Amino acid sequence: MSIGSRLAKTDGGAKADGSGIYTDDLSFPRMLHAKILRSPHAHARIRGIDVSRALACPGVIATLVGSELPARYGVIPWTHDEQALATDKVRFVGDEVACVAALDERTAQEALALIEVDYEVLPTILSAEDALAHPEIKVNEKARTGNITKHVQLEFGPVDEAVASAAAVSRQTYRYAGSTHAPIEPHCAVARVDADGNLTLWSSTQIPHYVQREVSRVLGIPQAKLRVIQPLLGGAFGGKSDPFSLEFCVAKLALKTGRPVKILFTREEVFYAHRGRHPMVMDLTVALEKDGRIAAVDDKILIDGGAYASFGMITAYYAGQLLTGPYRFGTYRFDSYRMYTNKPPCGPKRGHGSVQPRFAFEVALDEAAEKLQLDPIEVRKRNFIGEEVETVNGQKITSNGFLKCLDLVEQASGWKERHGKLGPGHGLGVAGSMYISGTAYPVYPNEMPQSGVLVKLDRSGRVTVFSGASDIGQGVNTLLCQIAAEELHCDPREVTVVAADTDLTPVDMGAYSSRVTFMNGLAAREACLKLAEKLKAAGGETFAEACQRAEAAEGAPLAATGGYRTQKLGGNYRGGTIGASPAYSFTAQVAEVEVDEETGIWKVTRIWAAHDCGKALNPTLVEGQIEGSVYMGAAEAQMEEMVYNDKGLLFGPSLLDYRIPTSLDTPLLDAYIVESNDKNGPYGAKEAGEGPLHPAIPAIANAIYDACGIRIRELPFYPQRILKLLRERGEKREGRVG
Amino acid sequence: MNGETRAVAVAPQRTLLEALRYDLALTGSKQGCDKGDCGACTVLARPLGAEGRGEAILACITLAADAQDLAITTIEGLASPAGLDPIQRAFADCGALQCGFCQPGMMLSARALLDKNPRPTLPQIQEALSGNLCRCTGYTKIYEAVEVAAGLRVASFRAPFQSEKAAASDSKAQTVKEIAP
Repeated sequence: MSIGSRLAKTDGGAKADGSGIYTDDLSFPRMLHAKILRSPHAHARIRGIDVSRALACPGVIATLVGSELPARYGVIPWTHDEQALATDKVRFVGDEVACVAALDERTAQEALALIEVDYEVLPTILSAEDALAHPEIKVNEKARTGNITKHVQLEFGPVDEAVASAAAVSRQTYRYAGSTHAPIEPHCAVARVDADGNLTLWSSTQIPHYVQREVSRVLGIPQAKLRVIQPLLGGAFGGKSDPFSLEFCVAKLALKTGRPVKILFTREEVFYAHRGRHPMVMDLTVALEKDGRIAAVDDKILIDGGAYASFGMITAYYAGQLLTGPYRFGTYRFDSYRMYTNKPPCGPKRGHGSVQPRFAFEVALDEAAEKLQLDPIEVRKRNFIGEEVETVNGQKITSNGFLKCLDLVEQASGWKERHGKLGPGHGLGVAGSMYISGTAYPVYPNEMPQSGVLVKLDRSGRVTVFSGASDIGQGVNTLLCQIAAEELHCDPREVTVVAADTDLTPVDMGAYSSRVTFMNGLAAREACLKLAEKLKAAGGETFAEACQRAEAAEGAPLAATGGYRTQKLGGNYRGGTIGASPAYSFTAQVAEVEVDEETGIWKVTRIWAAHDCGKALNPTLVEGQIEGSVYMGAAEAQMEEMVYNDKGLLFGPSLLDYRIPTSLDTPLLDAYIVESNDKNGPYGAKEAGEGPLHPAIPAIANAIYDACGIRIRELPFYPQRILKLLRERGEKREGRVG
Repeated sequence: MNGETRAVAVAPQRTLLEALRYDLALTGSKQGCDKGDCGACTVLARPLGAEGRGEAILACITLAADAQDLAITTIEGLASPAGLDPIQRAFADCGALQCGFCQPGMMLSARALLDKNPRPTLPQIQEALSGNLCRCTGYTKIYEAVEVAAGLRVASFRAPFQSEKAAASDSKAQTVKEIAP
């Protein structure tokens, strides 16, 4: 059995010996290096740009300004509000203004200093609150009203009545700081044009198909003349799922100069490209019945979006739509505003839109349950929504292994013996969550499959899988080998995967929304099943012989395709399809913390995480996704924050100043896999890459409460914040349950 | 350089990392930050004639000119014609490689540790790798790979747990009200 095995990653050898090719490892004869000039102002009108001195520089081959590629673009077709290089206005410190291509990177960098830009500085909006209060200062003209990217207001059942008659109500404000992905590989793109005018773009992207669509549109060339290839990708986490300025610039400069052009972002530029976690302020009410059942949830959410929309329209929905499991809500209302501000644009970071409200909700649930003297795990069990059930907002849950997840972390952490009993400064906390396995619909409406796979059999016995999906380190290329081996009964090591190349592979929408294993896996299985039938009919002693006999019988080369077709899903109301998914994953976690009550310095020492991924197609890869997610969640709780000064300048855009956890900062992680065998997923599989991030943060917050009786409602949980709360608490310790 | 003598003419400000990647085509050493923060460019260096493979150093904050008369091992030089180094093998087998970008540096730091201390404890491994940032793995499988490479354990294997079928919840809310989309 290939499915369920711990097959080592098929690209592991190339990653282990240094031979794997990432985008910046590519080099071509006559290749130019380009650099981008960025705005020093958070908000300014551009009166003029003069590149003549830069162009006169020895070694400079070409320059580029916004008027040469003025079309607006964006990953979501309804919010095209970005330009590769600004034409009229810059909207954040670091916004792209002009570009220089030169014989080498240093020459290009030095020439940037010779570009003269005449700016008229404008008043700035640096918070979501200011964005609401000052509609007259328009950050982005795409906003129809004031600075609002998107406003969503939905109500499911009579919330106010349910709150009024509830037995226990928690009503608090929670603040979630913005954080960024910080993949270790900086963004890089290389473009080359051939003698017939065909353009090839190599890019460190997790969405080759959308990049192909947007770059061809902005450059005004047919999609069929643009080939986008994703080489090995050095981490993404959602940070490479927008089209970025460098892709447009290298493509345009390659056309302009006839030479290959490369742009490699510096680490500082990666921070400006951002698209990270949205800062949110959430006024959340959670109301419980006497028996602990959730009567009502009411959330007012203010989202700080930065200068451009990115996926922000979806963020405004996800902030509310993805909260309605694994617990049953009696009634539910949310009201979310996603605002434009003069900061680098936020977007989809791992657990897009739902990590922040999940933090608020899981802490609030503990706060309300405490009023009823209910144990945190018990209140979660009582509210379990079940299987084959519809959520309050009309999402269809199929399999649901959440109870098993809770049981596992309860036992592994010794919850019953240890929660509330560890003594001062030492505590346990629990949290749960739900996440989607892909979105129901592609980001641009169409009837074509969302994911396609072509499988070819060679008479040598070599199998080649052509797949549009992006392996961003999660290991989908390895899963494709396993699926082929499972269905065709071949050796997974004799499968070649050709992936993420728009000329060679069928379309896949990209690596986002935890859709890849689910949708691409189903497409691959469908293609392989068609071939398996032919191989079975042909017979043969060896796999190669079966291929030969089947090809002889066919009278043509053997190949088959498979696709994932969009299912009709979601609630019957406007926005009801957003957050709809063919299957949902579930996670429960217990965190253990130690708090020094003298200093506020605290440490998360261990996190037990159990995740229902439906079916672990490769348990090693699933554990890796769980561990990586929990790490990243714990990191946001501990230390990560995008901090700006009053001019909109990002404080310390480096991996020293923007701290991410080293091995010494990361807790011990215990990953448990739960299989609920979903009826919709490939072999029962659901997502594993994003869901397990969510509970880490509230589990830590709840553990801090268990340790020292303070409720921290603002991220990150800096020691000074903990200390302030400890001082407010004083010597008095509230009674605790459990 | 990986056992060969290499001569390159470089500008005074050229870093060792630039010389490796762009002058010597040794692209296995990665640039993550270019200022000594992330560790992806880690290589091993020792004075010519000294024993062993030497210390882990950061190629992005070492001038190429300062590498004169140093014996350098990059990730390309870690494997031998006989195959991958046990560290490389273990990283691949244990799932320690996700995106793989930080790992050349991580594996070389791990190699430097095992060269000095063949039986490290977990805190010693954590300490030795604390200059190499990884954003994918949460480090868990990296520790395991180092221990496997050191012969201290075999790769872990824990079978998934089956979830029993749960009951469906009894009801859902009655009305959906959209106030103003």
